[in-house]
Amino acid sequence: MRGNFAKITKILSAGVVAAGLLASASAKAAEDTIKVGILHSLSGTMAISETTLKDVMLMLIDEQNAKGGLLGKKLEAVVVDPASNWPLFAEKARELISKDKVAAVFGCWTSVSRKSVLPVFSELDNILFYPVQYEGEESERNVFYTGAAPNQQAIPAVDYLMSADGGSVKRWVLEGTDYVYPRTTNKILEAYLKSKGVPAEDIMVNYTPFGFSDWQTEVSAIKKFGSAGKKTAVVSTVNGDANVPFYKELGNQGIKAEDIPVMAFSVGEEELAGLDTKPLVGHLAAWNYFESVNTPENKKFIADWHKFIKNNKRTTNDPMEAHYIGFNMWVKAVQKAGTTDPDKVIDAMVGVSVPNLTGGYSTMMPNHHITKPVLIGEIQANGQFQTVSKTPGLVMGDEWSDYLPDSKDLISDWRAPLSCGNFNVKTGKCGGKGTN
Amino acid sequence: MKTFRAIGLTLLFLLTTLSSSGAAEADLRAIIAKFATAADFSETGVIVRELTATGDPAVERPLAALAEGNLYIRAADSMVFVGKEGSDSIQLFDPLSGEAAGEASADDLTQVGVNNTLRRTIRDALGTLTLGSKDPTVRIAAANTMFKTPDAANIEPLDAAIASETVASVKALLEQARAASILVSDKPDADKLVAIALIGARGDRDAVSLLTSVEANASGAVKEAATAAIASINSTLALWDAGQNIWYGISLGSVLLLAAIGLAITFGVMGVINMAHGEMVMLGAYTTFVVQQVIRASFPDLFDWSLVIALPLAFLVAALVGLAIERGIIRFLYGRPLETLLATWGVSLILQQAVRTIFGPTNQEVGNPSWMSGSFDIGQLAITWNRLWILVFALAVFAVLLYVMKRTPWGLQMRAVTANRRMAASMGIKTPWVDALTFALGSGIAGIAGVALSQIDNVSPNLGRGYIIDSFMVVVFGGVGNLWGTLVGAFSLGIVNKFLEPYAGAVLGKIVVLVLIILFIQKRPRGLFALKGRAVEA
Repeated sequence: MRGNFAKITKILSAGVVAAGLLASASAKAAEDTIKVGILHSLSGTMAISETTLKDVMLMLIDEQNAKGGLLGKKLEAVVVDPASNWPLFAEKARELISKDKVAAVFGCWTSVSRKSVLPVFSELDNILFYPVQYEGEESERNVFYTGAAPNQQAIPAVDYLMSADGGSVKRWVLEGTDYVYPRTTNKILEAYLKSKGVPAEDIMVNYTPFGFSDWQTEVSAIKKFGSAGKKTAVVSTVNGDANVPFYKELGNQGIKAEDIPVMAFSVGEEELAGLDTKPLVGHLAAWNYFESVNTPENKKFIADWHKFIKNNKRTTNDPMEAHYIGFNMWVKAVQKAGTTDPDKVIDAMVGVSVPNLTGGYSTMMPNHHITKPVLIGEIQANGQFQTVSKTPGLVMGDEWSDYLPDSKDLISDWRAPLSCGNFNVKTGKCGGKGTN
Repeated sequence: MKTFRAIGLTLLFLLTTLSSSGAAEADLRAIIAKFATAADFSETGVIVRELTATGDPAVERPLAALAEGNLYIRAADSMVFVGKEGSDSIQLFDPLSGEAAGEASADDLTQVGVNNTLRRTIRDALGTLTLGSKDPTVRIAAANTMFKTPDAANIEPLDAAIASETVASVKALLEQARAASILVSDKPDADKLVAIALIGARGDRDAVSLLTSVEANASGAVKEAATAAIASINSTLALWDAGQNIWYGISLGSVLLLAAIGLAITFGVMGVINMAHGEMVMLGAYTTFVVQQVIRASFPDLFDWSLVIALPLAFLVAALVGLAIERGIIRFLYGRPLETLLATWGVSLILQQAVRTIFGPTNQEVGNPSWMSGSFDIGQLAITWNRLWILVFALAVFAVLLYVMKRTPWGLQMRAVTANRRMAASMGIKTPWVDALTFALGSGIAGIAGVALSQIDNVSPNLGRGYIIDSFMVVVFGGVGNLWGTLVGAFSLGIVNKFLEPYAGAVLGKIVVLVLIILFIQKRPRGLFALKGRAVEA
């Protein structure tokens, strides 16, 4: 039974993919182009988030071509659909690299999909740009992480809640979906909170399954936990579809942001588009980018996006900015190296600096993570975020958390001569222990 | 009592004279003008406190506007206005008098920023200022706010308010708020003990919250009294918690019932394993979305009726799609469950992708009508309106379906075909026709379930996925082919799930339920209420 099921899913998704491929093949331009792979799910559960990233990549490639392409050649997007199926991500990545001979791949959303393609990228020596905030504890030579590491999102968010402006929170609910990103992030946060003197009885950790929709018990548990006479906040790593029913239940049970604020790491403009945000005004999110950020770069980006997608209501979000930064960095590194050969581009990437959309520059660090500002925003009645706090400077992505015993001695530096993703400073050897 | 009233009256008199005098108004305007120069939230907070310190009720308007994010500064002259967003410009009003002051485009205005801390400060301040409001609901809100944020300075205005209060229930709340404030003041212990008794009688979570902080800071008799009061409140709350769990279970059960009841017909009665059942639910939800879009664009007054209007349409849309699936695919596959399963699985993928192509992959916003928003309390039990209505709706759908099956000629034919197809055909029943209509009915019911589920879940192409497994579980557990079994199955699964969740967590709870069902099916392969009859064996 099970085998049949998997087979049918595979055949069907392969069919869908084949149709997509045909479409992209028919649009094939001149023979001498630089191919760029786009590896985002266009069907299945993750299509809700990833389709937008495919569109933004097409837009960026179009714009680059309008500027005259790269190294005198036109760029050509190769779009494949891994259909929210983790093993299929690896197959599709292999296909992009060996068959389509792409110069770099932009893709993946969930950590499990990234983990599934890692061996393919190191074996075939190609480049992956990963645009989503993630749990850290990883640094690969072939991957550039343009999303936030935990210290570029989670830690500053908790710091804000502990500050007087954020309400001097003393009691913490860590609510998450049950998979690797929330579990690792919450582990880091728990260690961090304890290091700040928060006693164990003031921290409640709870997990729910993917796509969870009945939040009554959890929300009333939060209410109960919050009535201990201390200022309480929820730090939410609840993922994807489960957020809408979670926020609806919060609104219905009358949990106001002034009493128990919810700080979310996976709720962006896109997720809020499916919600009536009036009961949620004041709940928070931590990102490196908000659509409401008022800079000329961002205004132009939004205008271009609306023009490209032919819909003035489509929102922009943080992973889109990550692709914007990643793509521009890649373009710059290719120009610097004078070739699209992945080996040379990887070496040229470190130190490349490009403007981000929030009015500054982001730089690729030797650990293949980038520098970013951290913004805390409050949800507004119009479905946008209003920035209430911004880190004074740029925060450098820290791949190996300092708050986990297994990784606190590890560093990553991909420049010669060290060229190691997990160098242990205590033992002086490459190949230390990571939690994953 | 008399002296209290006298004090209250003098206070009121003083307040009115203050607000009417021109000098005071000029002072207020001077303070309000400072909003234009506030650099950050803490500076805005200082101005807010300055405004509330005047004690003038006139500051309610600018403060309320600030809390809502409706206070603007005109770039040209740094004047502060209350703004109301129009279609393409913002209408301006004077912050004190509320008189219209023209309009301006959003580009010429800067919003005065507000965050949670500021909103809380404003809410607390407005609590004190609105104690004298004519509207009892405003006074209740004020009393509740003051209860949650006790302050020794509140005692005097509260005394005045209690003295002039005429509504008994509001008066009780005001007295509780006063008691809360006494606990944080430096009044003698005797007063505090009385206050603790009063708050202990309130008996809710807010009372526990307040008493816990008192317990932490007090000593001697007060501390003991607080500890005792907390213990007694907690023991009553534990009972209420059990009640709450049952209610949550019933509510989850009603959702399961709604999702599964259509399947009870297509799978239970007809024996078709319909993997596209969840997609029928999704189509219903999308129909609701389309109906709401039309209503928002053309008849905004009808918004509260949108769900009622969407119901028949969702039924029709899902039923027609169901009919097409039955006529186009399933009728060729009767008696071949594996092929039916695979074919309907394919159909479900096609439907999902079709919706994704038409509406886009992102969630769509389906609004809650006003009668489905918020909650009400029975004792310490908070019941949300949307859950209550969904329960009522699920039971109504069940009753109607039961009536159709048991009391109408069509239902009789349906049951006849299920029991013995060849015999029914010999009696002149057009069995293919009955099959098609039964499948359409099951799909249509799934469609109206989608209308209800759009209120609690997100409307996305994946909506159906989350319900298909649970639906099959309910139908198999309840007993295939028995509507009552589906009812009992849905509610017992819901309640067991919700009783396990607080102890085992949502993830483990779900696993435990699944294991229990597997064990149960081992014992009773036909479910709770097994259907008896010869046809069942076939």
